[in-house]
Amino acid sequence: MAIKFEKKPGIVAYLTTGDPDLNTTRDIALAAIDNGADVIELGVPFSDPLADGPVIQRASERAVARGVRLTDVLVVAKQIREARPNAGLVLFSYLNPVVRIGIEPLCREAADAGIDGILLTDMIVEEADEYLEALRANQLAPIFLAAPTSPDRRLKAIAEASLATGKPGFVYAISRVGITGTQTQVADDAEDLVTRLRQFTKLPIAVGFGISNSIHVAAVGKFAEAAVIGSAIVSLIEKTPPEEAATVVGRFIYKLRDGAGPSQQSGIRAAYR
Amino acid sequence: MSVAAAITEEKTSPAQATAGRFGAYGGRYVPETLMAALEELEVAYAAAQADPAFHAELNGLLHTYAGRPTALYYAKRLSETLGGAKIYLKREDLLHTGAHKINNALGQGLLAKRMGKQRIIAETGAGQHGVATATVCALLGLDCVIYMGQEDMQRQEPNVYRMRLLGAEVRGVTGGSATLKDAINEAMRDWVTNVRSTYYVLGSALGSHPYPTMVRNFHRVISIEARQQILEAEGKLPDAIIACVGGGSNAIGAFYEFLPDTSVELIGVEAGGRGTGLGEHAARFQKIGGGTPGVLQGTYSYVLQNDAGQISSTHSVSAGLDYASVGPEHAMLHDSGRASYVSCSDDAALKAVVTLSRTEGIIPALESAHAVAEAIRIAPTRSQTDIIMVNLSGRGDKDMGILARELDLKGASDVS
Repeated sequence: MAIKFEKKPGIVAYLTTGDPDLNTTRDIALAAIDNGADVIELGVPFSDPLADGPVIQRASERAVARGVRLTDVLVVAKQIREARPNAGLVLFSYLNPVVRIGIEPLCREAADAGIDGILLTDMIVEEADEYLEALRANQLAPIFLAAPTSPDRRLKAIAEASLATGKPGFVYAISRVGITGTQTQVADDAEDLVTRLRQFTKLPIAVGFGISNSIHVAAVGKFAEAAVIGSAIVSLIEKTPPEEAATVVGRFIYKLRDGAGPSQQSGIRAAYR
Repeated sequence: MSVAAAITEEKTSPAQATAGRFGAYGGRYVPETLMAALEELEVAYAAAQADPAFHAELNGLLHTYAGRPTALYYAKRLSETLGGAKIYLKREDLLHTGAHKINNALGQGLLAKRMGKQRIIAETGAGQHGVATATVCALLGLDCVIYMGQEDMQRQEPNVYRMRLLGAEVRGVTGGSATLKDAINEAMRDWVTNVRSTYYVLGSALGSHPYPTMVRNFHRVISIEARQQILEAEGKLPDAIIACVGGGSNAIGAFYEFLPDTSVELIGVEAGGRGTGLGEHAARFQKIGGGTPGVLQGTYSYVLQNDAGQISSTHSVSAGLDYASVGPEHAMLHDSGRASYVSCSDDAALKAVVTLSRTEGIIPALESAHAVAEAIRIAPTRSQTDIIMVNLSGRGDKDMGILARELDLKGASDVS
């Protein structure tokens, strides 16, 4: 269990946990892993996802309406970890649900569930001292966002904070200013940001926001270790009947990158029934 | 709650101390994309603060355009009717655009202009901040987009027309409960997307540093004037100051200069709505069924939320108080006990509108009526030498639709 990108470009797949339901999220995650996703980001649904575009907003709203909680996301994480010991697992959340449980207990439970790292959308490095301490105590990787608007001074601080717990993850480079959602091409902002980040870190860099197809992934692969696919997967799940979602997402992930290995997703359901 | 507090304990090293803390509350919790903009704003605001020319221009506009200083009025008939303390009204309702909001909109508008930002966005609840921002944009020749919840657009329709007439684009927000919180989410999404060209005029003492401090400072003029005015009128300080608290900008402006005057009781009035259960009110400081510390929209403060950390829906007859969190400085004043916070029901606020209208000929905004209601409640229990000052933050013109319905003003009694 570690975050590593063996093939280039690596694939990070984001899922809004509990949309359409917890078991389906688990099955989709397993299918994504079996079809070449290196890291799964398990999104915690939140009532006020202000960094997200309409697709993830809707998914979040549906999951919140079903009563999905942060503790449910940890249960799904544990199931994924037991079934796929080598996959990278990241908990992805807005701060408030985490504050509600408490940062220290959350980190403890996340480590118990087999999570490798945590990304909090609205946690900036300046506010992160206690958070980093709790991550360090539980051997979790902090994953921070870096933005095209971040000056070098901030990128340096982000790079340093990303190594502060002794457990390496990756730096999440936001491809463009704006909220999550698909776009037609990868913005020039992205390469510039990755180049600037490289001055400060040897950690893998994953580029996200607006990455939705194999052309984008290939473009990102030219200058970064990994691409994060979020809204495109969540949108696919929205349009697909729950019982087909794992198969459809697995196939989608497989096509994002050549040579990702054979799909093993036929065995997924058997493991849980 | 103990662990929630763990993230905000005072930092041991001053070099690492985060900006914009009010005790444990405040701070900056935003997506990284906005950090450069917040830092730019912090620097620009500090430069403007230190620049006499900025203050001269702002004070000039506050005087000749907005109508400052506002009157401090002794509400004699109201006081005598209640038979207790003397009630004074700080008449922010007399300002241009009808509420205190213009103080902050002018300040931030001038700041945006100074920063060379041509595009302005803002959120609005009751529409008063939206109107004030649209007004300032017209005055300064800036482009203006206002985000407003659909629910609020319906209940504050006249303000929607005013904003459009002033040249602003009003974008309706349908997400969540379609009220103030959702309008702020959407404004923040716009800002994060257009951050390089856009200035976000946040309308209350909320959000990430430097907004809570900056917005409070633009409203400090309320208590600077009031303190001098009451000393001139009565030769002593008031015994209590009452203001309504949504995000808390008018209240913090009315309280601020009196903070060192410990004899002056500071009372914030939240929206008690139609009940004490979660979702029925916007009383963040209510003991049971109220808020707990959390992070919403960039700041750490009291937040109405469920036990999973999902933000609760809120209810108030007044759109301007209908919000799940509260300015972080109020959270600090609450915990320290320097200010006390009570709530007032929809019904009591509506009754207060009628009482003030018919005793003084002043129709208060529904938001401000919450403060009036608290004055009506406590004045009879106080001595006739006591002075209560109410910050009358806005006028009620915008509420005629709601008032006509709720108070049955279409009734036949006047016809006979």
